[in-house]
Amino acid sequence: MSVLVVVECDKGEVKKSSLEVASYGAQVAQALGTTATAVAVGEASEASLASLGEQGIGKVLYDNDARLKEFVNGAYTKLIAAAAKQEQAQVIVLANSNIGTSVGSRLAVRLQASLATNVVELPRVEGGKFTVKRGAYSGKAFSDVVLVNDRKIIAVKKNSIEALHNAGQTAQVQSFSAQLADADFADAPKQVIMQEQTGGVPLPEADKVVSGGRGMKGPENWHLIEELAKALGAATACSKPVSDVDWRPHHEHVGQTGITVSPNLYIACGISGAIQHLAGVNSSKVIVVINKDPEAPFFKAADYGIVGDVFDVLPKLTQAVKDLS
Amino acid sequence: MKFLVCISNVPDTTTKITFTPDNKELNKAGVQFVINPWDEYALTRAIELKEQLGGTVTVLNVGEADTEPNIRKALAIGADDAIRVNAKPTDAFFVAQQIAAVAKDGGYDVILMGKESIDYNGFQVHGMVGELLGIPTVAPAMKLDMSGNSATLEREIEGGKEIVEVQTPFVVSCQEPMCEPRIPNMRGIMTARTKPLKVVEATGQGAATEVVEYALPPKKQGVKLIEAENAGELIRLLRNEAKVI
Ligand SMILES: Cc1cc2nc3c(=O)[nH]c(=O)nc-3n(C[C@H](O)[C@H](O)[C@H](O)COP(=O)(O)OP(=O)(O)OC[C@H]3O[C@@H](n4cnc5c(N)ncnc54)[C@H](O)[C@@H]3O)c2cc1C
Repeated sequence: MSVLVVVECDKGEVKKSSLEVASYGAQVAQALGTTATAVAVGEASEASLASLGEQGIGKVLYDNDARLKEFVNGAYTKLIAAAAKQEQAQVIVLANSNIGTSVGSRLAVRLQASLATNVVELPRVEGGKFTVKRGAYSGKAFSDVVLVNDRKIIAVKKNSIEALHNAGQTAQVQSFSAQLADADFADAPKQVIMQEQTGGVPLPEADKVVSGGRGMKGPENWHLIEELAKALGAATACSKPVSDVDWRPHHEHVGQTGITVSPNLYIACGISGAIQHLAGVNSSKVIVVINKDPEAPFFKAADYGIVGDVFDVLPKLTQAVKDLS
Repeated sequence: MKFLVCISNVPDTTTKITFTPDNKELNKAGVQFVINPWDEYALTRAIELKEQLGGTVTVLNVGEADTEPNIRKALAIGADDAIRVNAKPTDAFFVAQQIAAVAKDGGYDVILMGKESIDYNGFQVHGMVGELLGIPTVAPAMKLDMSGNSATLEREIEGGKEIVEVQTPFVVSCQEPMCEPRIPNMRGIMTARTKPLKVVEATGQGAATEVVEYALPPKKQGVKLIEAENAGELIRLLRNEAKVI
């Protein structure tokens, strides 16, 4: 019996959300009186994998097959299932990312496991019951879910668990092979197109987001959003009408029909806060709203607010951030 | 091409969520149920592809009789026929088994659905169906084009997108901006009444998860307003009080 953690890597580095997942898995292992092993996917350097010791991981399995650098659902599923078998994993923890949930849902069937996605807290294990808390109703509620089957798979929502950092601990990196066949690569991507990102972090991973709505009036004013984002080290986002009229690319649009984000800080500039927009951002830890209309619904969901003109307020905020350092 | 589109019946986005006194279920009183918004992308794209390539679009819902108005709505938008698996959709695994059972007998080329439902927010059913049928799943897809038995899809990944090519049969979960969802017109509404809606009973094993309690998030403290002239103060509060920068 053990806990298996699925760690996603990119350009040699472990993704931030996977550091959270590793920490989550290590704490589950401790509660169950067992150890946490990681299986890494994507392009990883040996050093970054060894440093997973800081998150409480003892051992990391890594298959160096070049075909695994990009996400392939069939192959990743087979690899992780093989690792779970070898480690006799009772609990598998992965990120609530497109990769994590795509693989997690296939694994759940293959391993006859109970799967919970969108999980926001460590599990409660009492009286033989294994219960997790997860977000439901587009962030408007939470549910406690019992994972009934012997094997459990948990997809952890980003920014909901603090990553541990026990400096100096290293994990032992072992090579691992799942004997993959060509057929396992039927859904391999033909081409991968990365988009330019403000602040260097993909929006779903970002822990700070500066977002603009129709109140920004036009794409020529977006430098105000970008300058504040840059000063904060934040990613940029927008409301749906903004991406619909091509002021900003589609992948920046957050909300019910866009990307769901759960950063520590979400700053909304000239966004009214319609319920469909809130659905994608309402689990942010701290919400700041800047809007010239004091009646804008977003103020009801906000922690901090400024009733004012974005063209006047944003430069002041950027300056104040610069003054901090 | 035979398209199978899975739709779920969810509370309208603007619904104020409340629960039954034991906190075990949604309080349905006064709640309007709609086709899951993500599923509308799947439905519309399937209809567009049918118009382009020929074939049929079948809609499938796992639900009790009260979901039929939304099944009829899908028929009004342009699906040809419908199947309702007569059961309460208890969890993703249960629903996936029902979809896979229908698909196994139906010889569908493409199984489409939304990336997740806006009530359960599971993002699981597509992968489970793919695994149960032993066929690829592409999730979440922003584009789906077909030529013969092969499909070209754009799949969203963190920070970018991938171009994926798969052969039928496959499962695809859909999201923006795949198409512009259609709304029913008068003619559609009239013809929907006479389109076949078959009801079948559930098969397979029970659920793998069980919701024991729902809760609302803690109430916000209320917004703290900062004067616009003094905007910089916000940054100091974010650092010293909220501790997020
Ligand atoms: C099925 C469906 C799905 C949807 N999905 C999404 C989604 O995923 N994401 C999403 O965002 N929306 C979504 N929407 C749209 C949503 O309902 C709103 O229309 C949208 O969020 C409004 O965007 P906005 O706030 O940028 O624009 P507006 O509603 O036009 O608001 C602009 C705001 O800017 C303020 N403003 C104007 N000028 C200034 C200024 N100089 N300084 C400060 N403030 C100013 C105004 O007071 C106003 O509050 C969806 C709608 C539907 C029906």
